Amino acid sequence: MSVVTVQLGQCGNQVGRELFDVMCSDAQDAGRKTHSTAGWERFFRHTTQGDLEARAVLIDMEPKVINHSMSRAAKSGRWRYGETSHFSQKQGSGNNWASGYCVHGPRHRDAVEELVRREVEHCDMLAGFIPMMSVAGGTGSGVGTFVTQCLRDIYPSAFVLNHLTWPYGTGEVIVQNYNSVLTLAHLYQLSDAILVHENDTVHRICSQLLKIKQISFSDINRVIAHQLGGVLQPALTPDSCGAYSRNPLGELVGALACHPEYKLLSVSTIPQMASSSIAFSTFSWPALLKHLRQMLISNTKMEEGIDWQVRPPPASAGRTRTLTAGSFNTSLANLLILRGKDVYSAETGGFGDSAIYTSWLPPDEAFSLWKSPVPFNKYEKSATLVSNSQALLRPLDDMVRKAWNMFASRAYIHQYVKFGISEEDFLDSFTSLEQVISSYTQLQC
Amino acid sequence: MSILGTNFNSYDLAEPTVCVAGAMTQSVVVQVGQCGNQVGCRFWDLALREHAHVNKRGLYDEALSSFFRNVDSRKSNSGACCVGGRIQRLKARAVLIDMEEGVVNGILQGPLREVFDSAQLLTDVSGSGNNWAVAHLTYGSAYRESIVNTLRKTAEHCDCLQCFFLIHSMGGGTGSGLGTRVLSLLEEEFPDVCRIVTAMYPSAEDDVITSPYNSVLAMRELTEHADCVLPVENQSLVDIVNKISLMSHGAKPGCVLKKDCTVTSGHGSLSPTEKPFDAMNNIVANLLLNMTSSARFEGSLNMDLNEIAMNLVPFPRLHYLVPSLTPLYTLADVNIPTRRLDQMFSDAFSKDHQLIRADPKHSLYLACALMVRGNVQVSDLRRNIERLRPSLPFVSWNQEGWKTGLCSVPPVGHSHSLLALANNTCVKPTFMELRERFTKLYRKKAHLHHYLHVDGMEQSIFSEALSSLDALIDEYHQLDATKARLTPDAPRLSIAR
Ligand SMILES: Nc1nc2c(ncn2[C@@H]2O[C@H](COP(=O)(O)OP(=O)(O)OP(=O)(O)O)[C@@H](O)[C@H]2O)c(=O)[nH]1
Ligand SMILES: Nc1nc2c(ncn2[C@@H]2O[C@H](COP(=O)(O)OP(=O)(O)O)[C@@H](O)[C@H]2O)c(=O)[nH]1
Ligand SMILES: [Mg+2]
Ligand SMILES: [Mg+2]
Repeated sequence: MSVVTVQLGQCGNQVGRELFDVMCSDAQDAGRKTHSTAGWERFFRHTTQGDLEARAVLIDMEPKVINHSMSRAAKSGRWRYGETSHFSQKQGSGNNWASGYCVHGPRHRDAVEELVRREVEHCDMLAGFIPMMSVAGGTGSGVGTFVTQCLRDIYPSAFVLNHLTWPYGTGEVIVQNYNSVLTLAHLYQLSDAILVHENDTVHRICSQLLKIKQISFSDINRVIAHQLGGVLQPALTPDSCGAYSRNPLGELVGALACHPEYKLLSVSTIPQMASSSIAFSTFSWPALLKHLRQMLISNTKMEEGIDWQVRPPPASAGRTRTLTAGSFNTSLANLLILRGKDVYSAETGGFGDSAIYTSWLPPDEAFSLWKSPVPFNKYEKSATLVSNSQALLRPLDDMVRKAWNMFASRAYIHQYVKFGISEEDFLDSFTSLEQVISSYTQLQC
Repeated sequence: MSILGTNFNSYDLAEPTVCVAGAMTQSVVVQVGQCGNQVGCRFWDLALREHAHVNKRGLYDEALSSFFRNVDSRKSNSGACCVGGRIQRLKARAVLIDMEEGVVNGILQGPLREVFDSAQLLTDVSGSGNNWAVAHLTYGSAYRESIVNTLRKTAEHCDCLQCFFLIHSMGGGTGSGLGTRVLSLLEEEFPDVCRIVTAMYPSAEDDVITSPYNSVLAMRELTEHADCVLPVENQSLVDIVNKISLMSHGAKPGCVLKKDCTVTSGHGSLSPTEKPFDAMNNIVANLLLNMTSSARFEGSLNMDLNEIAMNLVPFPRLHYLVPSLTPLYTLADVNIPTRRLDQMFSDAFSKDHQLIRADPKHSLYLACALMVRGNVQVSDLRRNIERLRPSLPFVSWNQEGWKTGLCSVPPVGHSHSLLALANNTCVKPTFMELRERFTKLYRKKAHLHHYLHVDGMEQSIFSEALSSLDALIDEYHQLDATKARLTPDAPRLSIAR
């Protein structure tokens, strides 16, 4: 089955290109026919000339980024975007969610739907969509929300997994928290699951693990692409009977117990290091998995600076809030994906431990494991964890708090009203996100 | 012309047969009065040089199309050529308005003559006599029709007009009076096109006696009709120019001011042959160039022109954005170590790099944009924001009020540059000083009759302008007052469980 990626706005188009690059080189370098075939089927198609084209639609309200991404892809010599799979306009949405959602989205609906339809027609079987975008700007967030809604309407049985980039907490678009709140509140009604990368976290990985001195958006995007690739490339699932899973999005959504109140997924990957160091490092599954488990329960996104003091709350305490509960990250469900050498010998029992989960789900439902013997992206062994847990509670709460403080003074609201988003609409969005925050907070009870 | 001659040759090659409309947006510069036209000219000169530097192939590209048309006089249909073809003849997307002829005639005899058509010019012979009322009311009514027609014609040449840049002084007559009249015409005619005004404020020793009247009368128009105003004070420009010439003359051997540095114009650095205002005006021209660079060129984090007001204007009237430019010069070394890059960020917040005399660090930020050009990455931005944040007071509801843009094309002669636009209460003292100077004249009714003679001018226009300024100052005052208070988080919405 195939996945159609929809890249929206500057961020979506830059991250998306990096993702296809990783997936293409993984499929080509792996040298294992079934793996390559499965990977290509998911994300690429062969043109009649035998070239690889990404199953992607590129959308932006300004031309520069799409032009850049298209020509960068073509220059790779390995894959490219479809010649006519893109749609751009002259003038961006100006960092205004309302302009994207209320004006640009509806205005260009037909053109965008047509591009998507053509891409879907190329798929023998459609697994679903991955709309990729940032939540801080106007096009990715606003048009992205609108397009997600259209996909929902037209393809009701397809899975929709949104990939979102969250902005630096210390600010890069001044109305980023408004745009984020509006996007998240709407997507919560529309998508099956929302996979999040925070720029702050990825930035730290670049500087502390990859030791990059001057970090560019390309560096950041490569890390995001690596982590996403670790999730999305073919793997053997418990139900796939020794063949690569055919429905990557459906199985992902199923594994993570996505539920109307719990849709926020975070990702962590181990190991991650400067490529020059990889050759000099050896990895053992027990060590990797021990670290990854502690990263999960202490909510650290990096191998460095893990807090080893954090322990699951004792089961006997009736799982009420204990002193450690504050720093302990309770999970609803986790999906662990192992790739590389000796995967079949890896011991993953620590992730099935009921102590790390909320008490509502039996641990065998809460934990899923996928494996692939094919090493991923230069790492002899690597583990990626997708987690539906409290990991994003803190940044979500910060976003809502900051947006709410701004809303209390009504600053910038006139810019949204101008395009048809009222104070009422804001209040509705705040209400639904407070609900999400409350739900995730209660996981630990 | 000289600038085009060397870099942008005209070729006799045939045009490509398919004519694609430009993919980008366009902007139009409207320059009014002596100051507006002199500053505008510096802008066009530097813009041409910047594009000549970046555009090596002599093709009319997207970036050029944002401020220039490409016309072929041999063609019948008004000669417009499309993006992607050879550069034939570049025409500035500009409207030049002055009620006396001197400056515009000077331009028409200078090196820039070829970038303007007579259809883009609107002049009279008698001037406004440094009288806002004459320009705003008398000329404003007499020329209304032809101004609107000229604007429309210029707009018709754009397939996606995004922004008007209006340039004028506040102290004189034509710029302040007719310039602000043009502003409200723009609002009427093109309500969806962004209006960004660059306004030159008079210094205390300004030679125009009536400049306080003109400025306060113009301020009301700017407050009510502009999307953003970039105030620039002549005194600050003078100070900066002096600092730079100290740099270039008093510098240690080996440290020389680069020839094509931002503040010098075509004929070498600060030579006596330059007009007195040229060095000052080049600074303002650079402000416009850097503000529009991200809309013209590629970058890893684009900042379109419509993002300026969206991010920096929390309340419609509070749209005065204090600009600062760094570095104002580059020393001769090529490899600039990181320390100096960080210095660029520090300087953007220091008092002596602001284009008005103000101290943003000791006032209150409502919002701040950092528009970076050149080899600067997101980690440089983050590091500097983290470093500087603790020393900069931001309003309680916008503690992380940063907007950032990264454009990969540096300005000519530099490896990187930074334009900071601050929505900051530090504009208040400038406005209060202006009000004081106004009141001093107004109390004595000095020169008032010159204004009241003008048809349509009434004393109420003075008092309304004054109360508009009072209200504006008061709004900044109220914000300043929140600085001392510790503002707790707003109590969160509680939801039913
Ligand atoms: N990780 C990552 N983040 C990016 C990238 N480009 C932009 N962003 C983030 O995206 C947010 C800004 O949104 P953009 O994607 O630029 O905006 P847009 O969707 O194009 O919308 P408008 O430009 O407002 O029409 C900020 O949080 C940026 O940090 C990128 O390449 N990688
Ligand atoms: N920065 C700058 N200020 C100028 C220039 N020309 C005039 N001014 C200032 O503008 C004011 C006079 O307005 P001016 O533009 O001459 O009047 P107008 O032609 O009637 O609009 C005074 O404050 C001058 O100092 C110039 O070229 N650059
Ligand atoms: Mg954009
Ligand atoms: Mg004058």
